[in-house]
Amino acid sequence: MDVNTKKLKKNAFRVTKRRGYTASRIRIPGGRLDAKYLSMIQEIADTYGEGVVNITARQGFEVPGIRFEDMDKVNVLLQPIIEGLGINQPNPEGTGYLSSGTRNIAACVGNKVCPMANFDTTEFAKDIEKAVFPNDLHFKVALTGCPNDCQKVRMHDFGIMGMTLPQFHADRCISCGACEKVCRRKVVQAISMKNFRPVRDNETCLGCGECVIACPNFAWQRSEKKYFRLTIMGRTGKKNPRLGQDWIKWIDHDSIIKIIMNTYDYVEEYIDRSAPGGKEHIGYIIDRTGFKEFEKWALKDVTLPSIAEVRTPIYWSGVHYKKQFDY
Amino acid sequence: MAYSLDKIAVDELFSKWGEDYLIYGPTLIKNTGRLSDTDSVRYDEVKSIDDLELNLKSDYSFKDVILPISEVLFYYNEDGMMVPKQKHNGAIIFLRSCDLHALDRLDQMFMENGKPDFYYTRLRENLKFVLIPCSKSFENCFCVSMNSNVTKNYDLTIEEINGEYVFESKDEYFTKFFSGSKELDYTVPYVKENDIKVEHVEKINNLAITKSEMWREYDSRCIACGRCTLVCPTCTCWTMQDIHYGDNQKAGERRRVQASCMVDNFDRVAGGHVYREKNGDRMRYKALHKISDHRERYGVDMCIGCGRCDDICPEYISFSTILNKIAKESE
Repeated sequence: MDVNTKKLKKNAFRVTKRRGYTASRIRIPGGRLDAKYLSMIQEIADTYGEGVVNITARQGFEVPGIRFEDMDKVNVLLQPIIEGLGINQPNPEGTGYLSSGTRNIAACVGNKVCPMANFDTTEFAKDIEKAVFPNDLHFKVALTGCPNDCQKVRMHDFGIMGMTLPQFHADRCISCGACEKVCRRKVVQAISMKNFRPVRDNETCLGCGECVIACPNFAWQRSEKKYFRLTIMGRTGKKNPRLGQDWIKWIDHDSIIKIIMNTYDYVEEYIDRSAPGGKEHIGYIIDRTGFKEFEKWALKDVTLPSIAEVRTPIYWSGVHYKKQFDY
Repeated sequence: MAYSLDKIAVDELFSKWGEDYLIYGPTLIKNTGRLSDTDSVRYDEVKSIDDLELNLKSDYSFKDVILPISEVLFYYNEDGMMVPKQKHNGAIIFLRSCDLHALDRLDQMFMENGKPDFYYTRLRENLKFVLIPCSKSFENCFCVSMNSNVTKNYDLTIEEINGEYVFESKDEYFTKFFSGSKELDYTVPYVKENDIKVEHVEKINNLAITKSEMWREYDSRCIACGRCTLVCPTCTCWTMQDIHYGDNQKAGERRRVQASCMVDNFDRVAGGHVYREKNGDRMRYKALHKISDHRERYGVDMCIGCGRCDDICPEYISFSTILNKIAKESE
């Protein structure tokens, strides 16, 4: 059997434990799809797989038990799913995914369903997918509707948390204290009461919107614009897993996409081509070049909202399995 | 007499009325809902027919126009005090039949309950009411049960029919603007039946209801947020707040602010005692006030069946269900 594993991996198949068999990896940006695609995935699993589907950690599907020689036929069956989910496909129809390095853009359920979410995570995930795919570089991006972070975005290279900038309308306040209480008990105590009315400390505020939700009389209202907290360079892995750190608070949608695109240029410039499998988490590259160099590249031509707060430089810690580590 | 006008003519009317009155009505404000990417319908100043939301029930009622959520009663310093000017000298208010019945309740409480309230009375003067008739019931409405589905106490009505606006005027001020407009036969529609019906009890057994176990369910279900009372067009409770200005503690203001019997501290008294700690007891207090206490004094129920409290409750507690439970327990 002669199979080019480098090529099949790039085509979103996988080398599996069972010799001669592969698994097909299906991208679902934002983790939401019309239910009709499930029967198409079932067809692939029943026809060429072993009738089984894995739900992946990144909200994709993985159909295992496919024989290497059936990959082309699977790609044909994947076509309506690829098209239907709006996945960029510069390669010919019926030849599957062009790359797999940049992983599926994962998102919590978002404001299509969740009352706490500050934005439509699925739609933003699709916007990012449109901008970044296909790309061979190892990027992980995830979005979550609020700082509850159900999507655990701090474990990703780019974590996007929804925010709203609460607007206070004093003439609607009845001094019930609901906002102060919810912020103290559930969030970070950014609200204190003065002269019977709440005062919000912008520096402490997470922009989670709990005060807006708790206010019974629309004294607190959402900002017209949507904002985000951008956390960066979280990761899992064997070397040094760590939580993504806050970089930019009160950032906007377009700036985030621009920063991610800029980071591809930065990684192209500085990646260690000799790294195992030719892939490196971005964070290790930043450790090597220094944060300021990354920041210079990432913020190129980015115009942040005037209220954006940039934390710089950033230091990470995380789990150190060994005290000293030679890269 | 009824008249039919196109949108351009209506907007001309609005600008003419605007010279004499502030115009308030329900407006749909995009993306201003409590939850992200949701809309809300609230009362605000209306400049054009486009601002007016005629098809949806407003989340909050018109009452803020005459009963501001927060109103400074007077400013004071060492030398004396000053009453601020009123917020408007006259207003045109767009509302529904149930709301006009709610207005009666507000009048009862502020003008017929001892000496008329100075602040309410001065905003209440020179108001014109434009009825937005309901051709069908909205969700959670029970106006028919509360006898608030029909009203004659309007100055003008407005209804959109096939892209034109039909008005019926009973008021000289309005009628003069329609001379030369297209006349037509028109009957003001009203709601004849709601999906929700509330059992009307002649004599509520207050003692039995107070001791009933039915309220215990609401100890845990109700979160005491107060939304139900704030959207209610007949809830009028307020509290006083004295603010002493920072640099000169002898200067300040006293304001009257809407309160809610459902939220903490409403019934906290000297010594820290609280009459109704349990949320179910607050619910009982509110419910009996709406259908029993007010009726004893004024002969009508306070609740007018608009169902806004049900619409807004984040815990899906239905007030009409509570009223029916009370009826059952009173048997």
